[in-house]
Amino acid sequence: MRQIYLDNAATTCVKEEVLREILPYFTEDYANPSAIYSFAQKASQAVEDARRKAAELIGANANEIYFTAGGSESDNWALKAAAEAYNSKGKHIITSAIEHHAILHTCSYLEKQGYEVTYLKVDEYGKISLEELKKAVRPDTILISVMTANNEIGTIEPIKEIGKIAHENGILFHTDAVQAYGHIPIDVNEMNIDMLSASGHKLGGPKGTGLLYIRKGVKIRSFIHGGAQERNRRAGTLNTAGIVGLGKAAELAKAQMQSRAEYETKLRDHLISRVLSEIPYSRLNGDPKDRLPNNANFCFRFIEGESMLIMLDRLGIYASSGSACTSGSLDPSHVLLAIGLPHEIAYGSLRLTLSEETTLKDIDHTVDELKGIIKRLRDMSPLYADFISEKKGA
Amino acid sequence: MYSEKVMDHFTNPRNVGEIENASGVGTVGNAKCGDIMRIYLDIDDDGIIKDVKFKTFGCGAAVATSSMATELVKGKNVQQALEVTNKAVMEALDGLPPVKVHCSLLAEEAIHAALWDYAQKKGIKIEGLEKPPQDIGEIVEEEDY
Ligand SMILES: Cc1ncc(COP(=O)(O)O)c(C=O)c1O
Repeated sequence: MRQIYLDNAATTCVKEEVLREILPYFTEDYANPSAIYSFAQKASQAVEDARRKAAELIGANANEIYFTAGGSESDNWALKAAAEAYNSKGKHIITSAIEHHAILHTCSYLEKQGYEVTYLKVDEYGKISLEELKKAVRPDTILISVMTANNEIGTIEPIKEIGKIAHENGILFHTDAVQAYGHIPIDVNEMNIDMLSASGHKLGGPKGTGLLYIRKGVKIRSFIHGGAQERNRRAGTLNTAGIVGLGKAAELAKAQMQSRAEYETKLRDHLISRVLSEIPYSRLNGDPKDRLPNNANFCFRFIEGESMLIMLDRLGIYASSGSACTSGSLDPSHVLLAIGLPHEIAYGSLRLTLSEETTLKDIDHTVDELKGIIKRLRDMSPLYADFISEKKGA
Repeated sequence: MYSEKVMDHFTNPRNVGEIENASGVGTVGNAKCGDIMRIYLDIDDDGIIKDVKFKTFGCGAAVATSSMATELVKGKNVQQALEVTNKAVMEALDGLPPVKVHCSLLAEEAIHAALWDYAQKKGIKIEGLEKPPQDIGEIVEEEDY
């Protein structure tokens, strides 16, 4: 059966070129990169090359990049360490209502530690309001953390302006760029970013790899204590292969960003326009323009997301949904609720995230199948039956 | 995560549809919780369930439990149908993941609600059947987008 993978926001396939670069560090140049003998030279050089490549993708200096075990660790580190480092100034943090749980759950942890968190609301497209941000700033605000792009609905936030407001008020600015890193242009200087989280597996690198960019001069301490790796700020024997993979993926992403974004955007817009025009009672979630090139997120009324996913799965199409059943909680996605969707509509969400490997044929095939699936589920839905009979009666 | 039986009943649900002028119709759940089940019963003069249909909004387990529940009550008399519990539905499906157990409860409630409706219409009382909870409040709001 033909397999169509449309869940690239969840994770990506490791790129061939990345895999090729990684492999020697398992069995040939496997020395601990921190060792001083000559055998470790190649590994330590490879780590430093990767650091430079990872930095170049966001206009940072290599010595501002700290490798971690993924986006979640980077988010935890940034928030908890910044809170600790600046709590003599205050205990107030500003973030948004649509952050990833790596941020939101860290914030609720901090709330239990006596910090106060303001969760900025978003508009119907998922954007925060700069005016509301300005109003939320207080003398005791120590950190603003707003994601570069949302993982569910793909909306890109006005990062540069947020950073500007932060800096005008002498507040540290962190951004979770896990979905944006390597996908859209980011420049930490131009965008006033002090800390940035990224993850390797969202751009064709290996899972369990990530980084935290920490601007020179930002005084946050170590989160993982132990050895002196990463200039005493992140202990643990370096994951040479993983770091090399992340570096290579960053290098490729930088070289191919423009062409890939153009390609994916074209496919994405084709997908969106076909779905909205051919499937009744559907809507696009997220900003139509300021959105990740590879993200399409829809709601289909009268049906539930998990049913859709299972039916797609049986046809070899892999997608994701913000419905409660798929999130393991009783509520649908906090992001869909934050953009103002009622529960029953949020349940019927479907996220399709593309890659440069996705073809027009994949998209057309998916839409064709989706039409049948949605019709089948609606024919089974009492909500749809009521809606139709009310329409007839009206 | 689902048993083969659940997948079978989800992908090939039995008895999907509506019955016009049904002897009893029961709707349970609400859209806010993400599951709505509606069961239609056609009951003859001897109290035998001749036909049964369902419509369900919900996850794979919700559809599969509705489908199985309709299978289990078909051909039974009213008293026997009342004895089709959520446990029976679950067992017939070779089990459900713990987070989906509520779907089988909903299926049981849907049958009870349809039987209640039947009893109301007939003006009879069914031994052991209590008035089902009415929480089908949250029908999809009429919004245009
Ligand atoms: C926005 C965002 N932040 C953080 C994470 C967590 O990253 P990781 O899986 O590398 O820990 C993800 C991954 O899903 C994400 O999309």
